[in-house]
Amino acid sequence: MTRPVFRRLLRAGLVLGAFSLCFGVVAGARAQTELLNVSYDPTRELYREINAAFIAEWNGKNPDKKIATIRQSHGGSGAQARTVIDGLNADVVTLALAGDIDAVAERSKKLPLDWQKRLPHNSSPYTSTIVFLVRKGNPKAIKDWGDLVKPGVQIITPNPKTSGGARWNYLAAWAYAEKAFDKDEAKIRDYIGKLLANVPVLDTGARGATTTFTQRGIGDVFLSWENEAFLALKEFGADKFDIVVPSLSILAEPPVALVDANVDAKKTREQAQAYLEFLYTPKAQAIIARNFYRPRNPEAADSKDIANFPKVELVTIDDVFGGWKKAQPTHFSDGGTFDQLYKPAR
Amino acid sequence: MSDATLPTVSAAMPARSSGRARGESLAVQIVLIAISLAFLLLFLLLPLVTVFVEAGARGWEAYRAAITEPDALAAIRLTLLVAAIAVPFNIVVGIAAAWAIAKFEFTGKNLLISLIDLPFSVSPVISGLVFVLLFGAQGYFGPWLQAHDLKIVFALPGLILATVFVTFPFVARELIPHMQSLGSADEEAALTLGASPWRVFFSVTLPNVKWSLFYGVLLCNARAMGEFGAVAVVSGKIRGVTNTMPLHIEILYNEYMGAAAFAVASLLAGLALVTLVLKTLLEWRYGDVIAASRRH
Repeated sequence: MTRPVFRRLLRAGLVLGAFSLCFGVVAGARAQTELLNVSYDPTRELYREINAAFIAEWNGKNPDKKIATIRQSHGGSGAQARTVIDGLNADVVTLALAGDIDAVAERSKKLPLDWQKRLPHNSSPYTSTIVFLVRKGNPKAIKDWGDLVKPGVQIITPNPKTSGGARWNYLAAWAYAEKAFDKDEAKIRDYIGKLLANVPVLDTGARGATTTFTQRGIGDVFLSWENEAFLALKEFGADKFDIVVPSLSILAEPPVALVDANVDAKKTREQAQAYLEFLYTPKAQAIIARNFYRPRNPEAADSKDIANFPKVELVTIDDVFGGWKKAQPTHFSDGGTFDQLYKPAR
Repeated sequence: MSDATLPTVSAAMPARSSGRARGESLAVQIVLIAISLAFLLLFLLLPLVTVFVEAGARGWEAYRAAITEPDALAAIRLTLLVAAIAVPFNIVVGIAAAWAIAKFEFTGKNLLISLIDLPFSVSPVISGLVFVLLFGAQGYFGPWLQAHDLKIVFALPGLILATVFVTFPFVARELIPHMQSLGSADEEAALTLGASPWRVFFSVTLPNVKWSLFYGVLLCNARAMGEFGAVAVVSGKIRGVTNTMPLHIEILYNEYMGAAAFAVASLLAGLALVTLVLKTLLEWRYGDVIAASRRH
């Protein structure tokens, strides 16, 4: 009496297995032009809108070379660069900072080292900066970078080893300290060390840090991409958080690049190139501003969107740190200033 | 969630054999029962209920939209596909390993037993990274794979490999103690009666251990569909292509789509519940048979 039951179960299992197998094979069989955009954490909403607009425009003009979809992969910028180096088949990379695309170029050799010269504005179709997101009414009275090192202030920022946004945060703090302490190296280090001591958790990516601050309710101030801060206000309501603009911040240039070896292997160079160029068109620039990134061409955007952006003194990485090629090894590589100054809380 | 079912299997055996309490006072009994009940309510039932409540928070239409959205469907398909390949593979290899360990004496047997447990003791992140180091573009086999246009990591084969690795012990671990306790007397009898080795396997060994096997398969399947860590490392997280259900849930949550995230989570939890119900049903319907086959 037990045997037939077992047999029946076995048969049911086999049928189920075969069924899902067919399901998967059918799903894998369609072959159309697909682009893969490997991007950093906060651009999810931006590229969803950009992709729809680009596909509509491209397919209208090129009915013989239609693009079926643009696939997205998001994560911490450094971690995403790592997966592309390890073989993720990206047509384009749209990361948080040039240093990460430099790493892809150096280690995978899939794109030339001078990739950043290939598109206008350092290959960055949009910029952003770092602001503070605080709880409504700013209970800890955080006005500027100097207030972050007060005892009892909990700061949320992701891990600079894996997150691009966190590296901009770190460098913005450093740039402030350099100005405030008149380039006194010992005082700058003391300031950064105290700031890092106020960080209870380091998430791997900007979006993880955003949810830590907004949804899990940890921390008093969140060092955030300007676009992430605006998005949090939009998602959770302006009655929950305030944006504080510090006296000085950094001009963050998130760059985009074609991964030559991948597009040549996949025969998608033409579409991928057009995709990146599309980012500079007025239509895309308007989408960019609507998603709280600062467009390169403000005239193309809705003036209401532009009015959102606060005026703030911005320093550039080239002026203060001599570019990513210098800043990356000095501050973020193994044994750099971050490793020297960050002591995890026990 | 999938791990939650693990202790119940091993707990089922001692409960049956020890039977009644050994004369502890009523108060002790009540306290013990209250503690375990409170714990179960707080740590198992409450989170589970939360998943379903949150999933339904925005109504049926939103729920339906969340699970029929193309990326969600692709994630569901991928999860089922990975499980449909990894689980049968682990059944075959698990039976072979358990058979070898239970029925034969050979040098290195203890090493083999330890090796089977390896995936349980290694963090899933490491299990994933190992495959990236082996098959990634910068890995040992990377250049060769690229030259032959073969993709393993950041594609289906990588997901399957990682899942097989992580879920390997379930079947073997269920079978080994059972097969060992059975000994090989039945098989020897069958052989002396002239049955072929295949016949012995299908008519004697397999029926003897079928319930342990079934438990193993259920647990293996639950974990295969629920695995996050190892799969996250080898996936590359391409939506609609290499995103499994657990990864999709995280993505949705991170995109402020909490209700959608919980909708997909409720599906995954539902799959785990089906597993649990199936197991309970079998125990209830064929409890005596299972007990008999397990006791021996």
